[in-house]
Amino acid sequence: MTLYIITNSRIFKTHTLKATTLFDKVWDAHVVEHVEGGPNILYIDKHLIHEVTSPQAFSGLEKRGLKVFRPERTIATPDHNVPTVNQHLLIVDKESRAQVETLKANCEKNKIEIYDLNHPNNGIVHVVGPEMGHTQPGMTMVCGDSHTSTHGAFGAVAFGIGTSEVEMVFATQCIMQSKPKKMRITIEGDLAQGISAKDLTLYVIAQLGTGGATGYFVEYAGSAVRSLSMEGRMTVCNMSIEMGARGGMIAPDETTFEYIKGRTHAPKDEAWDDKLAYWKTLKSDEGSEFDKEYCFKAEDIEPMITYGTNPGMGMGIAQSIPSETDVLASELPSIQKSLAYMDYQLGTQILGKKVDYVFVGSCTNGRIEDIRAFAALVVGHKKADSVTAWIVPGSKKVEKEAIEEGLVDILKEAGFEFRQPGCSACLAMNDDKVPAGKYCVSTSNRNFEGRQGPGSRTLLASPLTAAAAAITGVITDPREFM
Amino acid sequence: MSVDKFTLLESSCVPLPTENVDTDQIIPARFLKATSRKGFGENLFRDWRFSPSGEPIKDFVLNQSKYSGQVLVAGKNFGCGSSREHAAWAIADYGFKVVVSSFFADIFRNNALNNGVLPIQVSPEFLENLIKAIEENNSQNVIVDLEKQLLIYNKEAYKFEINPYKKECLLKGFDDIDYLINKKEKIQEFES
Repeated sequence: MTLYIITNSRIFKTHTLKATTLFDKVWDAHVVEHVEGGPNILYIDKHLIHEVTSPQAFSGLEKRGLKVFRPERTIATPDHNVPTVNQHLLIVDKESRAQVETLKANCEKNKIEIYDLNHPNNGIVHVVGPEMGHTQPGMTMVCGDSHTSTHGAFGAVAFGIGTSEVEMVFATQCIMQSKPKKMRITIEGDLAQGISAKDLTLYVIAQLGTGGATGYFVEYAGSAVRSLSMEGRMTVCNMSIEMGARGGMIAPDETTFEYIKGRTHAPKDEAWDDKLAYWKTLKSDEGSEFDKEYCFKAEDIEPMITYGTNPGMGMGIAQSIPSETDVLASELPSIQKSLAYMDYQLGTQILGKKVDYVFVGSCTNGRIEDIRAFAALVVGHKKADSVTAWIVPGSKKVEKEAIEEGLVDILKEAGFEFRQPGCSACLAMNDDKVPAGKYCVSTSNRNFEGRQGPGSRTLLASPLTAAAAAITGVITDPREFM
Repeated sequence: MSVDKFTLLESSCVPLPTENVDTDQIIPARFLKATSRKGFGENLFRDWRFSPSGEPIKDFVLNQSKYSGQVLVAGKNFGCGSSREHAAWAIADYGFKVVVSSFFADIFRNNALNNGVLPIQVSPEFLENLIKAIEENNSQNVIVDLEKQLLIYNKEAYKFEINPYKKECLLKGFDDIDYLINKKEKIQEFES
């Protein structure tokens, strides 16, 4: 909007009130300083840490003779290395045990709140943040983990950082970051029955590819996004990194406020009213400009599955892997290498192909709605004998809820074991490793070579698709169960 | 504390034309259990370099003695996936000071720069020609002049982009934390 002042028949153009995006509103409000010819100094409201990317940051800080600047803005939870059985016993793997103990010791030394193993609030860092009310709209949040983008579901600017940057935030509660470009991805319409947030995000990533959003911060919009629950929105924002995005966010609304209200660290009483008034301003103004925009239709989305070795190599479960003529000549060597690893062929379907393992869990799909969806499909059926299944809750709270709702009874009846919280087979740092050559339908976020164990073959999918595969022992369209 | 200075480098190259090399390949998760920054070079590209029994895989470029050097030349979208800075540590510890590609993942690019490893983004055509030249002449040298932002081989020169602040840090061996600590007052002002 441009204002004009007319005087003595001359027209002056005064300041322009520019329509601002949600991302700009949050980012700009946190800039301490803009370095000439360089990055912004961005203030960080909340710093989440875990045991894998923090040890060197803590020791670096000590070497500099510094203390953690704002321990009260730091939350810790060990998750990557922890076993998902017998958590009450000492961790067997020496190195895993050392990392978990190092985190505890560092937190004690620096007076940082930690939800240690066996604490009732322990769990995967990106499950714990939101469920404890730490994650709120309008915040800047970082963690030494690329799926920090999860918290963007609340309208926060949240992104993953490296260990040196963790040290930076410890020392100054700030980070040096160049401001990324802005992308908006709008998905309109209704998701069909049996299609979930995970299918939506795998669909989008298949369209853009693993580098399609590199250099951009994504805002997700549209009626299909609005219709998602907070957990569904978290799944979508979580996977933003898989198309190279710096982060992904969704404007907060009533669904968001409902979710946050009453949680342990949510603002209360007058503070709640104040915050709510601010949160309601957090949306992209009409007419905001983005550097790039994409629009998709929800009705085009089927249950998705990946067939290759990056999250962009996904397709509708009933479709065929692209044939030689479907791909660019320059892309063919890469795809062939990928398919050779998976032992799949160009131009073929993978419906009906053997599945050896099923993993339900991770920061992508390890929340109560995911366990509910899985249980709702398997009830009345039995797990295939040929399948090893790991059902891993994202946190102690999710574990407790699943037990209280009777979901664990349903799982047991169907022949499934319910384990204890942790990142588990998502990246197989603990003992939950898929053996070489075996196929795993996984509700996690990455299917890179060896991700779930050297030589393992990962097929990314939704909890419903994982449930269907667990029953039949082969890749199955979950809609057959509806 | 600081990183090593980077000004001028002349070196032969190691070609890795594979695209979409993710950080799980650069350093598999099972090696992230260390609590120090040392020793990651041994496990760089571990599962592409060594068989499960520890035998070197002959076809992998790091096991081919004809190629050596401090410059890694890689296919597009290098360093995608996990934010693990351990990937940059492994690359630096192995001995690479430069990675050349036509496209870098953001987090990896940042991590590399924070560890004195220079990521140089070139056009797809330049990359293709450079890889061809290296494969034809295994001891093909390149010159990297950070001050002039030039990557030179034979008679071809490429002017690459780099954030001026990051360039200054690399040239002088400064790191961000030293810079930020001097801004403590400004940060406290912001907080109030």
